[in-house]
Amino acid sequence: MQHAIDVTDLTVAYQDKPVLWDVDVSMPPGVLMAVVGPNGAGKTTMIKAILGLVRPAAGQTLIYGKPYREQRKAVGYVPQRGSVDWDFPTTVLDVVLMGRYGSLGWFRQPGKHERAQALAALEKVGMAQFASRQISQLSGGQQQRVFLARALVQDAQVYFMDEPFVGVDAVTERAIVGLLQELRAAGKTVVVVHHDLQTVPEYFDWVTLLNVQKIASGPVAEVFTEENLRRTYGGRVAFLSRDDGTGSGPALVLPTPAKQSSAFTD
Amino acid sequence: MELLNDLIFNYTLRNIALGSALLGIISGVLGCFAVLRRQALLGDAMAHAALPGIVLAFMLTGLRESLVLLVGAALAGWLAALLLLLIIRQTRIKEDSALGIVLSVFFGFGMLLLAAVQRQPDAAQAGLSKFLFGQAASLVAGDVLVMAVLGAVALLFVGLFWKEFKLLSFDPDFAAAVGFPTRVLDVGLTALTVLAIVIGLQTVGVVLMSAMLIAPAVAARQWTNRLSTMVLLSAIFGAGAGVAGALISATGRGIATGPTIVLCISAVVLVSLLLAPGRGLLWTWQQQRRNARRMRAELGGGSR
Repeated sequence: MQHAIDVTDLTVAYQDKPVLWDVDVSMPPGVLMAVVGPNGAGKTTMIKAILGLVRPAAGQTLIYGKPYREQRKAVGYVPQRGSVDWDFPTTVLDVVLMGRYGSLGWFRQPGKHERAQALAALEKVGMAQFASRQISQLSGGQQQRVFLARALVQDAQVYFMDEPFVGVDAVTERAIVGLLQELRAAGKTVVVVHHDLQTVPEYFDWVTLLNVQKIASGPVAEVFTEENLRRTYGGRVAFLSRDDGTGSGPALVLPTPAKQSSAFTD
Repeated sequence: MELLNDLIFNYTLRNIALGSALLGIISGVLGCFAVLRRQALLGDAMAHAALPGIVLAFMLTGLRESLVLLVGAALAGWLAALLLLLIIRQTRIKEDSALGIVLSVFFGFGMLLLAAVQRQPDAAQAGLSKFLFGQAASLVAGDVLVMAVLGAVALLFVGLFWKEFKLLSFDPDFAAAVGFPTRVLDVGLTALTVLAIVIGLQTVGVVLMSAMLIAPAVAARQWTNRLSTMVLLSAIFGAGAGVAGALISATGRGIATGPTIVLCISAVVLVSLLLAPGRGLLWTWQQQRRNARRMRAELGGGSR
C-alpha cells in the first residue's frame, strides 16, 4: 500500500548539535498519529524539516510517494499558536483565507469562492460568529481553532499540527478531537505533536516516540508501551498499569513529581 | 488663502509640498510592514548607513544630481542590511548590538567623509550636509520627478504582492510551507524599504528618516484593526506631516526640515496614543475605571 508519509534517514543539526538523528517514520493513509517526546526531542523540528522550513543535513521525506515540493497542495499545516503576533491588524476571516493563498498562487486575490470556503471552515470549528472579529480579541482556544480552520481550507490530504492542544480549554480540546476524527473518517492523514501522554491511546491510532532519535513508531497498541516510554523519557515517568484486565498497555502515565514540568510541557 | 495661492503658483513651494507628500506616502506605506515585522530599527540603521553612500557617490562622480547621490545612498543602505544579516547569522552577536554596530560604523564613516569633502575649496560639495537633517527648500522639479517615479514603483510592488507581503508579515513559516519563496519576498520588501528611505533622504535627512517609517505606522495602528486601513491611514498621516513640516520650515530661514516634519508626525502619534478609541490610553483608563466601578457596585449589592 502507498504510504501517506515516508521519512527516511532524516537528520537535522543546529551547528554541531544534532536535533534529529537518522529518523525513519512511515505511516499509512487515514491514520491519526501523535508525536511525543521530552523537551528538545526534535518534535517541532521534525515537522519543520518535513515541510521544508528547516534544512535537513540528510534524509528525505515523501508525501504519497513524491517530494514535499511537488505535494504542497496536498499538505496542510497548523503551526504553534505562539509563533505569530496575535495583535496583527487583521480579522479571523482574513487569517482563515490565508489558507487559500498557496492554491491561489501569485497575484490572485481571494474572492467570493474562497470567502465561502473560509466561512464553512469557521463553521466546522464553531467560530462562524467570530468571522469579522479582530484576532487580538480571541482567547487561546479560539486562536487555535482559527489556525485549524485555516488548515481546513487548505483542503489537504495530509495535515501536520504542532501542539494544537497546548493551552486550550476543555471545550476546544473536544472540538479539536472531533475534528481529527472527522478528518480520519474522510481518509486524511494527520500528524500531531502532542504532550499529554494520558490521552494518546484515546485520541490517536498511531504514535511516534521521539528523543532526537526515533525510539518507536507504529500503532498505539503495539508501540505505546512502558518500555518504549521509559526509553523515550529516560526513567522520568512512572507508570500505573490499567487494572481492568484489558491489557492494552499503560493506561495512565504519571511523571515523577520532580520532573513533572519537563516531561509534560514544552 | 495666500498660502494656498502660493502652493499652486509658487514653483518652490509646490515642489516642497509635492516632494514631502510623496515622501510621507511612501514611507507611511512601507513603514507599516517594517513596524509589523518588528524591523523598525533596521530602517534606522539603513537610513544612517546611507550617508557614506551619498558622500562617496559625490566623490567618485563629482556630480550633485540627486539621482546619482540617491543611488549611492541606496547601495550603502543595502550593504548595511546585508552586513547586519551576516553578523547575526555568523556570530554570536545579538540583533540589537549588531544594529548598533552597523549604524554607528557606517554613520561615523559617513561623517568622516563629509568632513573631508567639506575641507575641499570646491563649491560643488556645498549642500551635501543637507542630507544630515534634510532641506526641503532645496527640492527642484527634477528631484520631485525622481521621487515620484521611485515612489510609484514602490507602491506598484506593494499592490502587486499585497497578499504575499501580508502573509509574510503575519506568519512567515506558513508562507514558506505553502510554497512562497519567503527569502525572496523578504529581500524584496527590504529593498522597497530602502527605496522609501532613499526617497525621503533629501527632505528629512539620514538622522531622522527612520521616524518617517515608524511614526505614521504606529499612529495608524491605533485607529484601525485592518491592515489595508492601517496602510492607507499611515500614508495620509505621513503625507500630512511631511507637507506641514516642510511648509513650516520653508517659511523661515535656517529651520531644518527633518526635525520639523518629525515634530509634526510626533504630534500625530501623541494624539493617536492618547485618544484612539479601543487602543488609546484615555480610552483604556476610562474602561478600567468603568469596570472597577461596576464591580464595586456588584460587590456592594451582594453584601447587602
